[in-house]
Amino acid sequence: MSWYTKAIEEKKPQKKTLWIKCRGCGAHIWASEWKQNLSVCPECNYHCSMTAQERINLLFDKDSFHELFENISPVDSLNFNDLKGSYKDKIEANKKKSGILESVVTGHGKIKGFSVVTAIMDFRFLGGSLGSGTGEKILQAANFAYDYGLPYIIFSASGGARMQEGVLSLMQMAKTCAGVARLNKKNIPFISVLLNPTTGGVTASYAMMGDLNISEPGAVIGFAGRRVIEQTIGEKLPDDFQTAEYLLEHGFIDAIVQRKEMRDYLANVLSYYNR
Amino acid sequence: MVIVNGVKVSEKEKRQRLTQEKKSRNISAWDVVKISRHPKRPIFQDYLERIFTNFVELHGDRAFGDDRAIIGGFAQIGNQKVMVIGHNKGKNTTEQIERNFGMAKPEGYRKALRLMKLAQRFNLPVITVIDTPGAFPGLEAEERGQAESIARNITEMANIEVPIISLVIGEGGSGGALGIGVGDRILMLSNAIYSVISPEGCASILWRDAKFAPDAAKALNITAEALYKLDIIDEIIEEPTEGAHADYQQIAANVKRSLLRNLRNLSNISVYELLEQRFEKYAAMGKFAVD
Repeated sequence: MSWYTKAIEEKKPQKKTLWIKCRGCGAHIWASEWKQNLSVCPECNYHCSMTAQERINLLFDKDSFHELFENISPVDSLNFNDLKGSYKDKIEANKKKSGILESVVTGHGKIKGFSVVTAIMDFRFLGGSLGSGTGEKILQAANFAYDYGLPYIIFSASGGARMQEGVLSLMQMAKTCAGVARLNKKNIPFISVLLNPTTGGVTASYAMMGDLNISEPGAVIGFAGRRVIEQTIGEKLPDDFQTAEYLLEHGFIDAIVQRKEMRDYLANVLSYYNR
Repeated sequence: MVIVNGVKVSEKEKRQRLTQEKKSRNISAWDVVKISRHPKRPIFQDYLERIFTNFVELHGDRAFGDDRAIIGGFAQIGNQKVMVIGHNKGKNTTEQIERNFGMAKPEGYRKALRLMKLAQRFNLPVITVIDTPGAFPGLEAEERGQAESIARNITEMANIEVPIISLVIGEGGSGGALGIGVGDRILMLSNAIYSVISPEGCASILWRDAKFAPDAAKALNITAEALYKLDIIDEIIEEPTEGAHADYQQIAANVKRSLLRNLRNLSNISVYELLEQRFEKYAAMGKFAVD
């Protein structure tokens, strides 16, 4: 059988992604074109999720980003076990998979010359869920913005509170909002960018509290899950329910910004900050 | 006949003794969930009637309507005048439907915030009474900004310039509870629960089946005892052995004593100190590693 094993081994390195299948319309796009188009489908404008690092590269001036509080990571303080195993193992697996230690990357940097403090959630890490470490980093970054009088921008992409941390994760909603409340007292602007998806406890805390709430096209933003609502009311919901467009129509976000225009948009808004 | 602790008892008596022992020594998280949802469990209005006097109910959020799932107004406890706001479950089906089973919509949270700001204007301490399965998961709630209303309450409560005491009397259902729950003190009845997600919801996601709710209840650490150990809540108010429903007068007296003591303890703190302590209280919540 050695010829067989060998054949497989030889084949492996060739397994390079040439095509990306768009999750929005199902179109097959050349990987190079996909990347060049910032992970946005050229056919249907579906905005696919980005890693925190990709977003830093896209939005911040070259070499201006400095990471802060990068040594914070989750602990399994409740010894939480479900059918698929322990939270402890999930933490390790997610660290390995994503190369980051928590579901958010925090730091400061410049957007077209404007200094800001930022927190960028990464959906790959446990679905971007809000755990104690996430809350701590978001609060610490808010405090950094408070101390230095810098605008704060949070990019949210999250399934909500992290169940495996029980009420500790629920309380991160109060903890992060306490940080936002302090910024309000000092008239420091807070811009919330709600990315696909932003749901549950993250929407019901800091993500909705921006002085400006902005989003990308088609992003799903909501509090309760779609299926839960359908079960409650016993009917199907409209297709655009809980999308950025729906929220814009109902007055909860200021603007929907195309990914390729996000950097210019943020810089333009920051240019109005006159304090 | 069998012998228990050297005494002859009947089978029936033995069974009774065993269940009683189990209750007092080792009741499971799921048992607590069931007690917290007991149909006869005292609700907010029972405490309003027994502890508070001169209740002046205030209505409406000044934007959309008056949510019956959260009620509130001026009231007096002992000699102390306060603003009391709470989730309002019903006693029977008609009331439950009218009050949407204590599941508030955005207008309920916005009314609550309006009353808290009013309390600040009148310089009255706020008591919030929590008893909800969660915020209402419905189309119109999302449409009117369920998330925004809860987020705003949580954020603004950080800076309300009067003492806030939050009391969990039954179900503390996630964001729907926290939306009126950012207190300087968090008190819980001994058979109340407070959770990031309902045990059924958690089980259907992580166990792929809601029937594992008892396992989820245990894993989530939702009992008063567990939350006290985790430094989330400040005080447990003891219920009668079988639960608060067994003795309304007793539990009302215990709650009143605790509220008055906590009001007293918070009354001599300056606004600056109060808000600093509140910030520090929530900033300290959570457990994480620093490498």
